Amino acid sequence: MNRVQWNKRIDKLFNVFGIGATAFGLLILLALILDVLIDGFPRLRWDFLTSFPSRKPEQAGILSAWVGTVWIMLTTALFAIPLGIGAGIYLEEYAPKNRVTDFIEINIANLAGVPSVIYGILGLGLFVRAMHLDRSVLAGGLTLVLLILPVVILSTREALRAVPFSIREAAYALGATKWQAVRYQVLPAAVGNIMTGIILAMSRAIGETAPLITLGALTYIPFLPQHPVSFSAQVPFLHFSLKGFLDPFTVLPIQIFNWVSRPQKGFLTDAAAGIVVLLAITLFMNGIAIYLRHKNQKRW
Amino acid sequence: MGLKTAFQVDNLNSFYGTKQVLKNICLTIPQKSVTSLMGPSGCGKSTLIRCFNRMNDLVKSFRIEGKIFYSGTDLYSKEIDVTELRREIGMVFQKPNPFPKSIYENIAYGLRIHGVNDRDYLDGIVEESLKRAALWEEVKDRLQESAFSLSGGQQQRLCIARALAVKPHVILFDEPCSALDPIATAKIEELIAELKENYTIVIVTHNTAQAARVSDYTAFLYLGDLIEVGSTEKMFTVPQDKRTEQYLTGKFG
Repeated sequence: MNRVQWNKRIDKLFNVFGIGATAFGLLILLALILDVLIDGFPRLRWDFLTSFPSRKPEQAGILSAWVGTVWIMLTTALFAIPLGIGAGIYLEEYAPKNRVTDFIEINIANLAGVPSVIYGILGLGLFVRAMHLDRSVLAGGLTLVLLILPVVILSTREALRAVPFSIREAAYALGATKWQAVRYQVLPAAVGNIMTGIILAMSRAIGETAPLITLGALTYIPFLPQHPVSFSAQVPFLHFSLKGFLDPFTVLPIQIFNWVSRPQKGFLTDAAAGIVVLLAITLFMNGIAIYLRHKNQKRW
Repeated sequence: MGLKTAFQVDNLNSFYGTKQVLKNICLTIPQKSVTSLMGPSGCGKSTLIRCFNRMNDLVKSFRIEGKIFYSGTDLYSKEIDVTELRREIGMVFQKPNPFPKSIYENIAYGLRIHGVNDRDYLDGIVEESLKRAALWEEVKDRLQESAFSLSGGQQQRLCIARALAVKPHVILFDEPCSALDPIATAKIEELIAELKENYTIVIVTHNTAQAARVSDYTAFLYLGDLIEVGSTEKMFTVPQDKRTEQYLTGKFG
């Protein structure tokens, strides 16, 4: 066999290996989804979304879990987005490039890789105990903020870096201050990529169980956090309240975890149905991220 | 030169880190005329033009010694507000760099950042600037379209219009035609000839023919030294320095 034939054979071999590796991942994923769909199907009814957990598997639902997930995600977004984007802008556009900022940069990259349970312990010590937030929506949300903040900062920086320097130069040449260049040119040009990064980080946070369990989130919650807006017959009819942030909560992955560990067969069906809902939410969020990335693909 | 002075450069030395890029430059740039900074790559011409609007401030390792006066004031003194300065001294870059926004917003941005938000006034300035940049007829029906929908030459004229919109007194052109085809280049050169009625123009070019076509005065730089400066006509007919002659006749460059 000569050299050329040998090279061609290696080429083919790698091709086959590549197809195999790709198919392996896809098949496993497909099998998992199918399996969970089949298991959960009997319980995927509307009342599954509108019922509280119960001792009877056929009546148990995920109302408090998905509402809790929404509350936690809103809280996380509320803090993580401004803090993450702010820090990203500062580090990329304002901070002097020296050893201190290099050190900060390395640490943020490392923080993005810290196991989530560690953040749970930090949250327990800081938010639950020291700040007396108890096992509230706020404490849970802030813990997840810590978890995703490094990712948000990193993806903000990357998005800003992708905006060519010539855009900044053009703004400065017209007499723009740094903030005017960033706010009106660089940030709008980067916002698609920033949002993509945030949504991907959030869709990771939505499935996090460990830090919230560490925090002491409850598994059985037969009520919802107080709604921030309510109506009543009393003046002024419309009432706003932030008390919901201090109410206890549970989230989908915790509810699923709880059901999986029950001995009764019926709860396994509930768990599978809960997983389907969680997967659907995650896929939906990733879908938005992909859409945003496509929409904002720019030529410079 | 008989004209009022726009820029006066006194013993300018400049450095990137420890590398010296400009050596003892002394130069006068007159108002309302076109001055070319000409020379081969690496001669320091772009560095010099970027001193005039302090664009080099963005480069961390950059440092100058010596002085540049603009209308009698020291450009590098502590009292100078760089944003005000850059509003008065506009710049057009080597590669067209429109903002990723509509044609209209590209022009309006310079005014918006200086606090102008009156719609009618902005409309007026946008039209006026595009007319001065000889682009109005081509874009008047598509002002809300993306600036990226324009051709390269149109984008560069948009960048000129954008610079004109903030009503500068000086426009610096840093090799404005190096990314353009000959037809687009001719249009920009024509435009520069018209603009010198009202603006002081400094243009960086490595192209001797372009310097000859557009400028009243030419400064020839080589390896960081100012070799020769004077009226373009005189320099191109009787160059005083041997290196100038060699560059003009294409012996190097």
